[in-house]
Amino acid sequence: MQRGKKIIVIGERDGVPGPVIAECLEAAGYEVVFQVTECFV
Amino acid sequence: MNFENQGVIKRLADQYGPENLTVVLGNGEANGVEVFAETVTEGDPSYAGPLAGVALKIPVYHVLEEEVISEVPDQLRAEKLQLSSLVIDIEPMHQVLETSRLKL
Repeated sequence: MQRGKKIIVIGERDGVPGPVIAECLEAAGYEVVFQVTECFV
Repeated sequence: MNFENQGVIKRLADQYGPENLTVVLGNGEANGVEVFAETVTEGDPSYAGPLAGVALKIPVYHVLEEEVISEVPDQLRAEKLQLSSLVIDIEPMHQVLETSRLKL
């Protein structure tokens, strides 16, 4: 994934939630500018 | 993608420039991933949300795709993503998203 881009995280309650993705990407050095967890129930 | 999130993405694209953004998904099933990708690349396919007719061309990845998960530090990957990677079938989503990225 290309470095230097700002990341928009759209997690899913029944998949990988937004905060988990954001934590993983920030630890990898990416800048997360928005994160949310969608729910399709 | 719900209209509220479409609105946020449109605002972020205005603020930072769509060429400086990447979307990372966490969907549990392939169903719907194609619509997500289409919404932030070609515009809302339902023509009802804020991204209707707005082709942002933002690349979309799933967090469990090799291009993303391989960059997460080992310990965090084991703690937070390993279980999901066992139950989520990433291959169909990878195919859809890679096809979408190649069109950009």
